[in-house]
Order: sequence, then structure tokens, then C-alpha cells
Amino acid sequence: MTGILRSTAAAWVPRGLILFLVAFVIFGPLANMLLWAFTEVWYFPAKLPIEWGFAFWERVFRPQGNAMESLINSVLIALTTVVIAVSVSIPAGYALGRRRVPWRGIILVAFLLPQAFPSVAVHINVARIFYSMGLAGTFFGVVLVHTMQGLVFSVWISTAAFATIDHELEEAARNLGASALRTFFTVTLPLALPGIMASGIFVFLLSLDEFTGTFFVGVPDITTLPLLLFTASMEGNYQIASITSLILLVPSVAFMLIIERFLKADVLAKIGN
Amino acid sequence: MRTAPASAFGRLWQNERFLSLALVTPALLTIGALFLYPLGFSVISAFSVEDSGFGIANFTKAFDFYSNDILFTVIIVGISTVLIGAFAIAIGGYLTMGESPLAVSILKWLYRWPLFIPFIVAGQMMRTFLAKNGLMNNMIVGAGLLDPSQTTSFLDWRGIVITFVWKQTPFVALLVAGAMASLDRSTIEAARNLGAGRIRILAQIIVPQVRPTIVVGLILSFVVMMSVLSVPLMINAQNPTMLTVDMAFRINTYGDYGVANALGFISYAMTGFVAWIYLRQGVRQGGAP
Repeated sequence: MTGILRSTAAAWVPRGLILFLVAFVIFGPLANMLLWAFTEVWYFPAKLPIEWGFAFWERVFRPQGNAMESLINSVLIALTTVVIAVSVSIPAGYALGRRRVPWRGIILVAFLLPQAFPSVAVHINVARIFYSMGLAGTFFGVVLVHTMQGLVFSVWISTAAFATIDHELEEAARNLGASALRTFFTVTLPLALPGIMASGIFVFLLSLDEFTGTFFVGVPDITTLPLLLFTASMEGNYQIASITSLILLVPSVAFMLIIERFLKADVLAKIGN
Repeated sequence: MRTAPASAFGRLWQNERFLSLALVTPALLTIGALFLYPLGFSVISAFSVEDSGFGIANFTKAFDFYSNDILFTVIIVGISTVLIGAFAIAIGGYLTMGESPLAVSILKWLYRWPLFIPFIVAGQMMRTFLAKNGLMNNMIVGAGLLDPSQTTSFLDWRGIVITFVWKQTPFVALLVAGAMASLDRSTIEAARNLGAGRIRILAQIIVPQVRPTIVVGLILSFVVMMSVLSVPLMINAQNPTMLTVDMAFRINTYGDYGVANALGFISYAMTGFVAWIYLRQGVRQGGAP
């Protein structure tokens, strides 16, 4: 008995050491960011901040500051992106998930292409084309770039969401005399809604965190949180950069923790099919 | 008597192919206008030469100026891909075969965090963490493992590799662990009963069966790493640097779309080459008896 206990205890030495290392690697950078977010003064060779405080938080959340402007820009751009991406994806997802569509495989792959090519080269040309159309440096230009990247999530997830709905439910509604449109809006769409919401959350996060496209298309007139973070970091203003990082981090982690509620296993299994 | 469809709309609704395509069209047009058109534009621009139509002048210039950076990009992304694969297999393997349920659930909770963290945030965190007086060195010095004078900054090519591996490993590990979990356990149990060690089971039984998943995850990660601009800009924008930084520099400093697009074409070619290896391997496996 003691022999077994001793052997399990011995097994926990390498196990604990490795888990500790993993935790250090994963949470070390996060801890450094948290420290900087609440630092007032910190210079070499001090190992920890010399003075702590909220002075930089006050600067970030000052209503007239450019941080608030970037935050509002980011949220508005993300919401508009979600509306556009989801409204073109609902009909597309319905057709791809429930109807016979010619060249279905090719069409599905087409939405994946923006993720399959290194994106910087495409973005510089989007920026150039937008410039000639007067869309560069505009709110709507940035929304369009984010929509292009988000479509793979919204189309693929809504396709999967529509594909999992039982055909008999629709047939029952039709047999009771409901029109095709009415069946869609009262039966099919509500059943697919959790999946569509999940896809909207994905698109929202993608837009919130997007850097490269905004860097080329939005500059200099549209500043989003990632661009603010980048500028602050390059200027060596680690407090502002870390606070902005934290603002970006919270919705990502929160949404990812609840996404499993929206995205049911049967929908997940059908993504990309 | 059977009633005819009430309206023109009703008749179209019943024309299956027409309606299906019509429903998909808005989404397809978006991709066409915002992705395929600029993509074609970039390829044409890469092969365009001022005054004389088409040629490879942009590529000669790109190789003259940036051959070091092309090599640097290949090496960084290559090393990162290998490390991501190794760590993802290790994590997936432990989650599948770990003997302590407690350790397995701790690891399961731990490893996913970077998945939720945007690249730009990861870049900023590493910029502070890996610096000469960053938290990493401070903690190592604090633990008495190093003298302050021995510490170095990791904000060079190593910093980029560390950030890429940190950010992308959970994604591949998630895919790989899922594939491993759905394997038939009986062969694993049989091998274990015959006395095979866990590492041998992982290498000889589990990994060969989940290889397609590993390769897909790694190719997706490869493309992501070829696309990220923020991390190389924030960690290491000196010479040599990655192709993404060079493209941004060509545009922002010279407005030189020709060379920038030639570099872009080179980065397409690199990902295309990786995808081709994968497809060829798939064909060979499919053709094997």
C-alpha cells in the first residue's frame, strides 16, 4: 500500500514539473501584460513595477481620448461586419445546407480561399483598389475587408446549422398549409438561429481583433483598438498597449467560453461537409 | 384540380437550381469582388513592368533585395511548424493516454488559452515578456538560475518563433486531440497489454492514424504564420525580417506595388508548395494497397 502511494507520489514529480512549466509558458506573458496594465512607473533593474496605479486607465477611458474613439470604432465596425456577413450568409447557408446547389463543393471552398492565401499581398491590393474608389480610410472600407475574412465562418457555420434541421419539421409545416416563405421564417430559421448566432460571434471577434486589413485600408483615418495597441506598443507606451490588450482579450475569452452553448455538437460535426 | 404556383416568385422558388444559385450569389459576389479580384490584381501587378508590359523585373528586384528575408521567412516558419507539430502531438498524446485524470484535466484547461488570444495581443505580451528585463528573465534570475548579467533579450528571430508556437500550438493540439480521442481504443489497449511503452504507442500506432489531421492543422498554421504582419513588426523589425514586413515597407515607403506584389507572389508560391506536398502525399497514400 505504501509502495503504491510512494510510486504515485514519485510519478507526480515529473508530471508536476512539466505542468508547472506549461503553466509558466502560458501564463507568463499574460502575467507580464497584467503587470504593465497596472503599472505607473517601472524601469530597469526593478523586477516588479515600482509604482502601481490606475492613472493610465483614466487616460484610456477619458471620453475625449483617442482610445475611447478606437473602442467605439472597433465595436461599430464589428457590429456592421456581423450584420453584412450574416445577412448574406443566411440565404447562402440555407441553399448550401438544405437545397441542391450546383458546384456546391467549389462554392464552399471559395469562401475558404481568403484563409488559404497569405493575406498581406491581397490586402495591399484591396487597399489600392479601394483608394481608387474612395473607400480607403473609410468606415465602410474597413467593414468590407473584415466581411471578406469573416464569410468563411458565417457561411460554413450557417450551412452546417441549416443542414442539421430535420426535414420532417418543414414538411409538417408545408402540409398544414404554410407557404414556403412562412415555413422558412417560422420553422427553419428559428431552428438554425443558435448556429447563426455562433457564426455571428465568430465574425464579431474576428473583426474586433483584425489588424492587417485595417492597417492597409483604414490608415490613417480609421483607428481601431488593434491599431491603437500597435501604435502605443511601437512608441514604447506599454501601459496603454497592455490596457488595450486586456480590453481585446476579455470579449475573446468570454465569448469562447460560452460558444459551446451556441454551437452544438451536431452542428460542429457538419461544418465543412 | 391542381392549382398553379400563384406568382412568378412561386415558380422561381420551384426552379431548384436557379433559386439555389440566386441565394448563394450575394455571398459569392462578396468573395469575388473583395478577394478574387484583388488576388488577380496582385498577380498581374507582380508580373507587370513599367512601359514594356509583362516581365519578371519585379522578381529580379525582389530577389536582389530580399533573398535573405525570403530565406529567413522559410526558416522561421519551418522551425515554428515543426515545433508546433511536436508540441501538439505531445499534448494530444498525453490527453489520450495520460494515467492521472487530474493531470489530464489540468493540461486540458491550461493548453487552450492562447487559442483565444489575438495575434496582436500575443505580440505585445511577448514584447514585454521576452525582453532583456522582461518578466521571463526576471523570474529566472529571481529563482537563482541565472545571473542578471547573463540574461539576453529574445526579441529577434527566436521571439517570432516563440510567439508563433505559443499562439498556434493550441489550435493544432485541439484538432489533433479530437482526432486521437475518436480513434478505436482497442489497438492502443492491445499494444499496452503487450508491454509497449506510451511513447512507442504514440509514435507507431496513434500518430500514423491521425496524420491527415496533423498535416491539415500544420498547413493552416503555415498559412497563418505567412500572413501575420503584427508579430514580426512588434518582435523583430530589423534586418533580416519576414516577407510580410517587407511588403508593408515597400508600400508605405516607396509605394512600390510591383516588388511588393512579387514578394506576395513568392509567399503564395511557398504556401502552394506546402499544399502540393500534402496533396501528393494524399494521392500516394490513397493509391497504396
